[in-house]
Amino acid sequence: MPSSEEADILILSLKVSIVAVLMILPLAFAFAWILARTRFPGKIILDALVHLPLVLPPVVTGWLLLLAFGNNGPAGRWFAHWLGLSFMFRWTGAALAAAVMALPLMVRAIRMSIEAVDRRLEGAARTLGATPWRCFLTITLPLSMPGVLAGLVLGFARSIGEFGATITFVSSIPGETRTLPLAIYAAMQVPGGEHMVTRLALISTGLSMGALILSEILGRRAARSMTGDWRHHVL
Amino acid sequence: MSFDIDITCQLGDRRISVQFSSGPGITALFGMSGAGKTSILNMVAGLLVPDSGHISVSGMPLFDGTRKICLPPEKRRVGYVFQDARLFPHLRVRANLRYGSKGRETEQSAMKIEEMADFLGIYHLLDRWPRNLSGGEAQRVAIGRALLSAPRFLLLDEPLASLDAARKEDVMSVIERIRDDMKIPILYVSHDRAEVERIAAAIIEVG
Repeated sequence: MPSSEEADILILSLKVSIVAVLMILPLAFAFAWILARTRFPGKIILDALVHLPLVLPPVVTGWLLLLAFGNNGPAGRWFAHWLGLSFMFRWTGAALAAAVMALPLMVRAIRMSIEAVDRRLEGAARTLGATPWRCFLTITLPLSMPGVLAGLVLGFARSIGEFGATITFVSSIPGETRTLPLAIYAAMQVPGGEHMVTRLALISTGLSMGALILSEILGRRAARSMTGDWRHHVL
Repeated sequence: MSFDIDITCQLGDRRISVQFSSGPGITALFGMSGAGKTSILNMVAGLLVPDSGHISVSGMPLFDGTRKICLPPEKRRVGYVFQDARLFPHLRVRANLRYGSKGRETEQSAMKIEEMADFLGIYHLLDRWPRNLSGGEAQRVAIGRALLSAPRFLLLDEPLASLDAARKEDVMSVIERIRDDMKIPILYVSHDRAEVERIAAAIIEVG
């Protein structure tokens, strides 16, 4: 059984990761839809921007977040003024960093799913009287649901493991921003912390394995859904 | 006048051009594969926009290049039966049938789902998933789905093409019953001379 300190770290990590993927999901879906369905000059720039966190050194991503969402950053001031939300040295900042790092993986999974939706089905829905909006809600969205679920799981796994951008952006504050990877790193810095490191690393490995297996299962069901009904298997 | 159509459309290096007007009953578009018959249906349904010309059905303009009229598909009140049935794979047969009657005022002419299922002989399929249907069953469900949306006219794209001989006769007699009972204009695409001569009041050669 994990000690209460380890349990607190685990709960904080789960909270940060779940909030991160849920708050970034609408944005990820919007980007995925735009990249899958629209054509406009400069689309390649948007594509690159969305994927940037995947290849940028995380410390750079963290520093950019600091510039934009810090107390004096433009986005930071906007959120503080309009939503009363601040990110600096808070778990909300850890969630933001995790969300930005998870975004590219989520967009990729959802985009593939949207591209696999047979557009002729959307045409059929329109001839049956569906407005574009209803067509989206009743045809496009449910048929791309396997990708949304896979994106959520992948994004969650990425968030749980997030280290570099988080520690750069919101530092490592016990009970506030010290998630699993940050706690492991902190335990490694103190003499006699090996035991803690081992246990936290085991928890971390278990979570990641679980997420990967789940995403693999969802991926197989998504493949099957292309030939027929996915709800048979998922629900 | 049921269909009054005069349209041209450039698709890649292919130029599709057709002009006809026809009376009540079934109007057949007849011609070789690749002559653009399906593209013409798509233009009448609003899924493809012609470069110029006009389309009106029963006196209602759906498209007019010079008057800048182009109704979106959902406003055309079309019942379109695609060659490949095109049922929604994530919905059971019953939900597929119901799809078109939602969000559109159903008139008295619109039959209830059960009546329609009886009429088409698909009552026992209502709780099935589309992927568990044979070609003939799927095609009849697609016809039912189109009819239940209370269409002002029907577009049938080779509805018999993917069926074996026995199923062909089933679906053909369903179409004849629709023609005789519902009295809505039908535009029927086929490359089978015998088929169109049997059911159509007018035959338009395409290509």
